Amino acid sequence: MTTTRAGAPLDTAAIRAQFPILSREVHGRPLVYLDNAATTQKPQSVIDALTNYYSTMNANIHRGLHTLAEEATAAYEDVRQQVAAFIGASSHREVVFTRNTTESLNLLAYTLGARLRPGDEIVLSAAEHHSNLVPWQLVTQRTGAVLRFIELNDDQQIDVDTARAAINANTRIVSVVHMSNVLGSIAPVSEISEMARSVGATMIVDAAQSAPHIPVDVGDLGADYVAFSAHKMLGPTGVGVLWGRQELLADLDPFLGGGEMISVVTREESSWAALPHKFEAGTPNIADVIAFGAALDLLNEVGMDAIAAHDADLTHYAVERLSRLEGLDIYGPSDPADRSAVIAFNYRDIHSHDVATILDRSGIAVRAGHHCAQPLMRTLGVPATARASFYLYNERSEVDALVDGLLEAGERFGFAR
Amino acid sequence: MGSSRESQNPIDLDDLYRDVILDHYRSPRNRGAREDATVSAEGFNPSCGDEIQLSVAIVDSTVNGLGFGGSGCSISQSSASMMTDALTGRTLESAREMSRHVQQMLTDDTFDLDAVDLGDLEALSGVAKFPVRIKCGLLAWKVLDQALANATGESVSDDSDIPTRVTSG
Repeated sequence: MTTTRAGAPLDTAAIRAQFPILSREVHGRPLVYLDNAATTQKPQSVIDALTNYYSTMNANIHRGLHTLAEEATAAYEDVRQQVAAFIGASSHREVVFTRNTTESLNLLAYTLGARLRPGDEIVLSAAEHHSNLVPWQLVTQRTGAVLRFIELNDDQQIDVDTARAAINANTRIVSVVHMSNVLGSIAPVSEISEMARSVGATMIVDAAQSAPHIPVDVGDLGADYVAFSAHKMLGPTGVGVLWGRQELLADLDPFLGGGEMISVVTREESSWAALPHKFEAGTPNIADVIAFGAALDLLNEVGMDAIAAHDADLTHYAVERLSRLEGLDIYGPSDPADRSAVIAFNYRDIHSHDVATILDRSGIAVRAGHHCAQPLMRTLGVPATARASFYLYNERSEVDALVDGLLEAGERFGFAR
Repeated sequence: MGSSRESQNPIDLDDLYRDVILDHYRSPRNRGAREDATVSAEGFNPSCGDEIQLSVAIVDSTVNGLGFGGSGCSISQSSASMMTDALTGRTLESAREMSRHVQQMLTDDTFDLDAVDLGDLEALSGVAKFPVRIKCGLLAWKVLDQALANATGESVSDDSDIPTRVTSG
């Protein structure tokens, strides 16, 4: 059993037993997987769901009149209901499946961007992943709209004041990252949504990092649209979610045209299918959506409150242990309570690629580089950082392994332990 | 260096982090732009952000000296530092040949080191055993190729994932 009440520590041994990859070795050492912000590992139930789909019900969905098509369609649409419940959506019609967060954000940039005029302002934050920056840069090139940025405060956080400084009467769209994939900081999204609403702007939240780690309720966020990816929350790659308020999605033009998204097609024109199918042109990623359902089952079983508490505990512990190392700089909010599950750092004058290579030889997987956030790296004044990120199956002993690995890297570069 | 645990690994970190590499990383040679440069070029590795700027002084088909700048990991920076030492005083032809050999060595872990004399640069031979780090070692040499091609009026086929460009010359 892995069921745990909020606040009680997770039974990580029982959880780990469900993830086959966690028992493998890397370079002769047990794998210590601390690259969860990039993608998470998959439980056996997700792997089984994929196999089961292809073994027992593979068919194209929505169109077929045979039993397999009926079963596959039901399984696919069940996951849509599950996602809706997971994020507190008021209807499954508000849940659109895409390829990933990037595609969800591009869908919005393409459709909402078409309505912008020269001088209209799009507000992003200084901490955006390239996926919530580049699509909007393309919009500005097409429309003459301009980008404005919510800056970080002195504690490297987006706060209400820095948001207020960027949002004004010209703002048409506000699109911000909920939890930074570099700083681990959590933006005050509901307050920013309030500001966006007060100037009549559309509010978009990039929840790629937050949805896996903290309870995300679209109603609480107060946003118009929310985007996230299955693969960062135990699900397979190739599935993204776009949630949008039903009346807003209904009012948007389609993004991709093709089969599945239409109602009536003549030689000259077409009418669109009902939500959410209007935004799901072509055969979707049926197998991976269905397997995503198994991932959500596990997250629900363990409980998002319990996962958030576990991640917070590990983050506290890691910040405490890492900050005791001489020459170690941690980026992001100074108080561990203001961050979750992601710790970007640099150690001594050792470049993060060297750190990552040396850690890898001890079986420890971390990310190194710019984390698809080059402008943020420039703001922080560093070319690159190493990054450790945690999830429900990580343990304190793995933080200890990270610290040992860093000391080893230091030794190799001539620093005494 | 080299704990007992590491020695159990078939590919040892010592293959990558040779003393001479760490020495060039900590004490880079010829750092900074050369005022007498006849051609300058730069390149970067988009996947990781490493960057190298190179200035080369060429007189009568001879490399009189090189200077480099940039930032990145120990492999990218030491590769550039060793290159500036190794190429000084060489003819353009000899510099090109060395570039070819080093790039072969970096990308092929069966490269025969005995067939050539690469001096300190042989320390980079271990990089070929670490596929994700090969681009780090190559960066400076791709920039060099760009600079030398410009100096002789040729063009470089840009088929690598490492964009380079001439900045002056």
